[in-house]
Amino acid sequence: MQESKLDLLQGTLDVMVLQTLEVLGPLHGYGIARRIEQVSGNEILLNQGTIYASLVRLQQRGWIAAQWGTSENNRKAKFYSITKSGRKQLARDTAYWRRLAALMGRVLAMDDEGGKN
Amino acid sequence: MTPLLREAFNRIRSFFRKDPLDREFNEEMASHLEMAREENIRRGMSPDDARREALLRFGGIQQSREQHRKARGLPLLDVLMQDLRFSFRTLKREWGFTLVAVLILALGIGANITVFSVVNTILLRPLPFRDSDRLVRIVEKNPSAGESSKTYTADATQDFQQLNRSFQSVSGYFAFTGPDNLKLIGNGQPIPVTGILVAEGFFQTLSVEARTGRLFRPGEFVKHAPPVVLLSYPFWKRQFNGDAHIVGRTIDLSNTSVTVIGVLPETFDFGSVFSPGAKVDLFAPYIMDDFREDGNDLALIGRLKPGVTLGAAQREADQIFPQLQFEHKHPEFKPGYTGQLTILKDYVSGKLRRSLIVLWCAVGMILLIVCVNLSNLLLGRLAARSKEFGMRSALGAGRGRLLRQLLTESMVLAIAGSVFGLGLASVTLSYLAHQGSIALPLLSMVRIDGNVLAWTLLIAIAAAVLFGTAPGLRMSAGNLQELLKDSGPGLSDGIKHGRLRSTLVITEIALACVLVVGAGLLLRSFLRVMDVDLGFEPARAAAITVDYDDGRNVARRAAIWQDIVNRASMIPGVETAGISDNLPMSRNRSWGITAKGRQKAKDSDFLPVFVYIVSPGYLEAMGMRLLEGRDISWHDIVDNRNVVIINETVARRLWPGQSPIGRIALAGGAEAQVIGVVADVRETGVEDKPGAQMYLPPTKQFGPEGANLVVRSKLPPAALAKSVMKTLREINPAQPATEFKPIQSLVDHATSPRRFFVLLVGIFAGLGLLLASLGIYGVISYAVTRQRAEIGIRMALGATASLVQFNVIRNTLRLALAGIFIGFLASLAVARFIASLLFGTSPTDPPTFGAMVILLGLVALLAGYLPARKASRIDPMIALRSN
Repeated sequence: MQESKLDLLQGTLDVMVLQTLEVLGPLHGYGIARRIEQVSGNEILLNQGTIYASLVRLQQRGWIAAQWGTSENNRKAKFYSITKSGRKQLARDTAYWRRLAALMGRVLAMDDEGGKN
Repeated sequence: MTPLLREAFNRIRSFFRKDPLDREFNEEMASHLEMAREENIRRGMSPDDARREALLRFGGIQQSREQHRKARGLPLLDVLMQDLRFSFRTLKREWGFTLVAVLILALGIGANITVFSVVNTILLRPLPFRDSDRLVRIVEKNPSAGESSKTYTADATQDFQQLNRSFQSVSGYFAFTGPDNLKLIGNGQPIPVTGILVAEGFFQTLSVEARTGRLFRPGEFVKHAPPVVLLSYPFWKRQFNGDAHIVGRTIDLSNTSVTVIGVLPETFDFGSVFSPGAKVDLFAPYIMDDFREDGNDLALIGRLKPGVTLGAAQREADQIFPQLQFEHKHPEFKPGYTGQLTILKDYVSGKLRRSLIVLWCAVGMILLIVCVNLSNLLLGRLAARSKEFGMRSALGAGRGRLLRQLLTESMVLAIAGSVFGLGLASVTLSYLAHQGSIALPLLSMVRIDGNVLAWTLLIAIAAAVLFGTAPGLRMSAGNLQELLKDSGPGLSDGIKHGRLRSTLVITEIALACVLVVGAGLLLRSFLRVMDVDLGFEPARAAAITVDYDDGRNVARRAAIWQDIVNRASMIPGVETAGISDNLPMSRNRSWGITAKGRQKAKDSDFLPVFVYIVSPGYLEAMGMRLLEGRDISWHDIVDNRNVVIINETVARRLWPGQSPIGRIALAGGAEAQVIGVVADVRETGVEDKPGAQMYLPPTKQFGPEGANLVVRSKLPPAALAKSVMKTLREINPAQPATEFKPIQSLVDHATSPRRFFVLLVGIFAGLGLLLASLGIYGVISYAVTRQRAEIGIRMALGATASLVQFNVIRNTLRLALAGIFIGFLASLAVARFIASLLFGTSPTDPPTFGAMVILLGLVALLAGYLPARKASRIDPMIALRSN
C-alpha cells in the first residue's frame, strides 16, 4: 500500500511560507508553492491555490508585504517579501515547532521501561 | 498595532472592498496559471496537457477564491448579508404574508413597549431627583383616610428637624391646597392658579435647582417677609410665554404684590410625584409662624444622610415621634405622633406595583399569542415552500444553513414589527403623558428611553426565536430530499404537521382564555366600583370655586354666601345650590368630635372626623340623603348657632342605638347641637370605606377654607357654566375664571387608575381573542385546503355538504374545547394572583368564567364556520380532477 500524502496541520502552511520567503527573498505565489512542493519532496497534499489564503492572512497581519513586479520571464506577478515583524514571528514559530518536534520525538520514542532509552 | 488588531482592521477594510480585491486576485491567479503552464511546456508537455496539469495542481479556481475571501474578509457577515438579501426578496415576493406578520407583530410589540414604558416610569426608573433612593416620605404609622393623619404641625416638624440625626434635611409642603386656590390679577379677567406652600429647604431636600433665578432664602420664611414665588416651568411657558426677564418682576396674586424670584426646571413636576393628576403653577414659602395654631398641615419629606439606612432612621423616628408636641403653646395636647418612613419612590408607586405587574403579564401573554400565531403562519408558509427547501438542500445547502436562513427571516420580521411597534407606542405614550385625568403618579414623565429601547430589542429577539423555532424544527426534522418528490394523490398528509399546528392553536386559545377571564374579573370589579353607593349623586351636579372678599368679617361672609346661593338658585335650570369649603374625593381635612358627657372629655375620646363647612342647600345640591333631623338654615348662621350634622358613622360611634338629634357634641373645639344625620359619603375614594364626617355652618367658630358653589340642575354643566359665571361676576367682579366642573369628574378622577387598568387589560383581551380566532381560522382553513381531494372523494361517495361542514366544525370545536379546558384551569390559578386587585368580585366568579367559555366557544365556532362553508362547497369533480 502506498503511503498517503501528509495533510497539513492548521498553521503549518503559514510557517512554511514565512520560512521560504526568509530564505529565498521576495517571491511570487507560484514560486512559493513550487518551492514548498520541492522541499517536501511531494510529501504534502497541497493544492497550489491554497497558498493564497495563507498569503492574504500573513499580509493582513503585517508579517509579509506584497508588490506587483515582473517575473524572470518578463511576466507580471505579485511578489511577496517577509517584513521585520514577520521575521520575529518566524523566530517564535521556529522555536515552537522545534520544541513540539522534540517533545513528539521523546513521547513516541518512549518504551515500557519508564521512557528512557 | 498587534497583528490581530491589524488583521481585524484589514478584514473590515476588505469587507468593503470586495470587488477590487477579487479583481486583483483574479489577475494573480491568471499569472500563477500562466507561469505553471510555461514551466510545464518547458518540461516538454504539449500545450493542452501543460494547461490541464497547471489547473489540476492549482485546485479549484472557485474554491481558492472562496478561501481567499474567507481568509481576508468577514465571512459571517457575508453570510448574514446574503441571508438578509434573500429574506428581503422572499418577503417582498410574499408581501401579503409579510404585511400581516409585521402588522400582528407591531401590535404585540407596540403594546409591550407601551406597558413597559409605563412600568419603567412608575416602577423601575428612579424618581427624577439626584440620589432619589435617599428621599423618604414620613407619615403616621396607621394613617386613617384623609390628609390630616399624613401630616404634622409646624411645631412638630421643627422639633423633628432639630432632634433627628439621620436626615441631611427634612422639609415638607402644605398638604391642604385645593386646585385654583389663588387668582392671578393682570390686565384682563383674573386667572385662577394653583399655588403650593413649601417649607424651608423643600427644593434643596429634593435637590431641585432653579432653572432661572434662585430658590427661596431662609429670610423669606419669616413672618412679614416680602412675598416671593417660584414659577413652575409649564406655568411660566403658558402664562408668561417663557419671558426671559420674568425674574424680579412683580405679579398680583389674590391682591398681594409678589416678586417672582425664579422658574423651576421642566423636569420638576410636583403633581406627578406628590399629587397625581394635579397641576401646580407656583410655589411660595410656608411661613411656620403663620401656621402654628392650624394643626396638622405639613406633608413631610426628608433626605437621609449618606450611609444612614432606612432601618436606622426608622428606629430613631420611633424614639422621636412619640415625644413631639402638637403645639408648643399647648403642651397639654397629646398628639401621640408616630412616623413611618417610606422611600419616596415606594410611597409614590408602591400601591400600583401589583396592578402594573398584572398589566405587564397580560401584555406578555399578548406577545406569546402573537408568537404562536406567527409560528402558525410560518408553518403554513413552510409547507408551501417545502419544494424550495428541498431544492436548496439538493443544491448543497446544509441544514444549519437553511435553519439560519429561516431565523434570519424571522429576525427581519421581528425587527420590522418592532420598528412599527415603537412608532405605535410613541403615539400611545404621548397621548398618555398628556392625560391629566388619569391619576397615576409620574405618568406625565413617561417616554421612550434607553431602557425601553433595550427592552424592545430584547423582546424582538425573544419573539423571533420563539416564533422562528417551531418552523425551524419542523424543517430540520423532515427529510429534505423527500420534499422534492411529488406528494402523490394527496390524501390526509402531514398528520404530524397538523398536530404541531393544532398544539399551537390550543396554546393560543388557552392564553386567550386567561386574558379574557382576567379582563372579565377586572371589568366586573370596575362595574361593582361604579355601583358603589357614594352617599351623594354626582350626576347632574357641578361645582365651581368661588372667590369673595369678606374682609374677615363673619357676618359679611354669611351675607355673601347667602347672596351667592340665592342668586345661583334662581339661574334658569338650577334646582338647588349650596356652598361647601371642601368637596368629597378632593381636598379634605379632619378635626375631632365626641359626645359631651358629664366628665371633661379626654384626648382619646375624640373621634377623627372629616370637616365640611357648608351652607344650607349643600346637602341637597350634592344629592346627599338626610336620614334624620334637618338641614342647616340661614338663621343658624346669622344667629351664630353652633349646630352640626353628623353622618351615620359618627352617630353609630357616639350614640349607639339612640337618636343623636338634639344632643350636644364637642366638635372642632366648640359645643354644637346635633340637628341632623346624613348617609355616609365616600369622602376619600370610591373603594375606601367612609369614615366619620360632620357638616358645620360657617359660624364664628367654624372657619371655612374657601368656598365651592355646588349646583344641581336638569341641564348639563356645560350649558350652565356661562350663566353661573355671569352671576358670580355680578356679585364679585374679581371672580377668576375658575372651571365649572361636574361632580362626576371628581369621581372619575378617583376611579381613573382602575379605569385605566380595566381599559388596557380589556384591550389586550380583545386583541388576544382576535389573534386566537385568526389562529383557529388559519389552521382549519389550511386543513380544508390540504384535504380538498379527500373531501372530494367523500362527497363523491355520497357525503352531503352538511356532513362535510359538520365534520370541519367538529374538528374546530375539538381544538377549541381543549384550549378552553386548559385555559379554564390556568385562569383559576391566575385569578388567585389578581384577587387583591378585585373589588366585590370573587376570583372564581362563575358568571365571568361562564361568559369566557361561551365567548371563546362562539369565537371558535365563527372562526371554524368560514372554512367549513368553503369545504362544503367543494365540487368533487373539480377537486379530484385537479390532482
